Amino acid sequence: MSEAAPVPIADERPPRKLYRSGDGRWLGGVARGLAGHLGLPVVWVRLIFLGLFMANGLGALLYAAFWFFVPLGVGGVGAGSYGSGESGTTASPAPVFGRRGRGGRRVDKGQIVALLAMVIVAMIFVGSVNLGGPARAYLLPGLLVGAGVALVWRQADNARRARWVEVGRRRHVLNLARSGAGVLLVGTGVTGIFVLQGSAQHLGSVLQAALAVVVGIALLAGPYLIRMTQDLSQERLMRIRAQERAEVAAHVHDSVLHTLTLIQRNADNGGEVRRLARAQERDLRNWLYKPEGTGKDEDDEPTELAESVRRAAAEVEDKHGVPIEVVVVGDCPLDDKLVAQMQAAREAMVNAAKYGGEGGAVQVFAEVDEAKVFVSVRDRGPGFDLDEVPDDRMGVRESIIGRMQRNGGTARLRPAPGGGTEVELEMERAAT
Amino acid sequence: MSDATENEGERRVRVVLVDDHRMFRTGVQAEIGRTETTGVEVVGEAADVDQAVSVITATRPEVVLLDVHLPGGGGVEVLRRCAPLMADAEEPVRFLALSVSDAAEDVIGVIRGGARGYVTKTITGTDLVNSVFRVQDGDAVFSPRLAGFVLDAFASTDAPPIDEDLDRLTQREREVLRLIARGYAYKEIAKQLFISVKTVESHVSAVLRKLQLSNRHELTRWATARRLV
Repeated sequence: MSEAAPVPIADERPPRKLYRSGDGRWLGGVARGLAGHLGLPVVWVRLIFLGLFMANGLGALLYAAFWFFVPLGVGGVGAGSYGSGESGTTASPAPVFGRRGRGGRRVDKGQIVALLAMVIVAMIFVGSVNLGGPARAYLLPGLLVGAGVALVWRQADNARRARWVEVGRRRHVLNLARSGAGVLLVGTGVTGIFVLQGSAQHLGSVLQAALAVVVGIALLAGPYLIRMTQDLSQERLMRIRAQERAEVAAHVHDSVLHTLTLIQRNADNGGEVRRLARAQERDLRNWLYKPEGTGKDEDDEPTELAESVRRAAAEVEDKHGVPIEVVVVGDCPLDDKLVAQMQAAREAMVNAAKYGGEGGAVQVFAEVDEAKVFVSVRDRGPGFDLDEVPDDRMGVRESIIGRMQRNGGTARLRPAPGGGTEVELEMERAAT
Repeated sequence: MSDATENEGERRVRVVLVDDHRMFRTGVQAEIGRTETTGVEVVGEAADVDQAVSVITATRPEVVLLDVHLPGGGGVEVLRRCAPLMADAEEPVRFLALSVSDAAEDVIGVIRGGARGYVTKTITGTDLVNSVFRVQDGDAVFSPRLAGFVLDAFASTDAPPIDEDLDRLTQREREVLRLIARGYAYKEIAKQLFISVKTVESHVSAVLRKLQLSNRHELTRWATARRLV
């Protein structure tokens, strides 16, 4: 095994471990897996196996051994290294999930080809092998058993694969049928051997004895087996829990402890402490109450309105140290007009935080309707009159009112009833 | 804000604090417990569900400040076990949820359990005193966030309801809720809608009632849909 073979795949999958390929395989995926591992075209590997098979069935043994010991993985060789004469059986490079429909048909086609090849080779093999009379009689049952075992083993692979790629209901029936066929083949083979041995007349008693043994073993070993699987699943559960705990601990360590340190250092600076505490609270809340994975990566732009409002409020809150309370009713995906509205809302929040922040928290309310999106930003500051704002101050006129009008919405500024200012932004939703 | 407490200058309200953090209880006690100025008298404290039930039964306060997350089953369990006290016609015990969590399921859960309001722990002392008095009067106290959740909940159950008049919020109630969600005080809402504060309060109480009812009706709907009844 030349480990240093220059393979293009090597840099895609850094841990170069041998796996059987689950994609586009014919039988066990051994050839594809090996080809991917060694950087050879699959056809070569398959031909080598065929050749070795001719050599007194060595290839079959080898193949079986690989099948048995090498775990099923994903990937294998890409389309590039595939032979052109194989009717374009693979269209996509290695790990492609979610193409069940096509993948299923493709694999079935490959299986037929593989089966045909196997039958042909077996016939050649049978023809070429020169065994003694009696031994030769066992060949057919042996082959039957082999085929059955292969079928069942592939079935086990599929069961594993089904956990990664969800297999549809239709496949489920097919899987059962295949298991049944495998068992039938093995059964026929074994019975054939019995018959050849001439012990057919004792078949009934033999079967009875075998059944008794099986039942006995099940009775003896059953409890242990059940206990073992239970222990295993419990252990898995514990491991998952431990992992989760470790993650929580890591998060708490990363953010909470650091914030607490910062707060201790800035104990005299009330505003800064409040800002830190609020930022930390929001972060932790996000992390605890949001569904998995959404709390942490904040790099990408939000595509939903609610998320966008919350994000804007959080940023303004951080920057200006004024608490902003956000209430969002409903949600919808953002489009260009709504993005403009969000920008206007953000500007309103900045204004509210800057000029009205002394009076208490800034309140942001967003409501998504069937027809429109309404956003209100209100502060409890001194309030201001738009007419008194000099014409050269563009913040409110351009960033809020102008922006809304350009995008077909409306913006209203007015003194709020209890003191302070309220900005109301309304935008029609695009017809969906 | 302050005139509410001025008006109630003569009034007293007996309160029980239920929270599993002693520090927090001490803090609330210090904030609202100066009976002479606030009119609030803290008559008992409890740290878990069992304690809470026994303290509440023993002292019969007018208002209970109830934490949502408690050892022994949480605030909902306290509400369940105190249901007979709440239903008392003469001296009902009323519950105001006071929690650090503002997750929707917590909020809606205790409101449906029978709490008369929900405020978060970031609330100021005066606001809390105000809310306690309002709850004592039998009114509901809605924080903006709670109003948002309610709007959300009623908006999402747009499937044809069986008893429309009971289940749905009227236009006016929706309007009031919206203003609460926008951070308006009840008084400001009254001014905005040209109605009296009492009317606002009755609208809010109606919302609360419907919220509790909708629980039962949703259950019925759920059961009928599955042919269980």
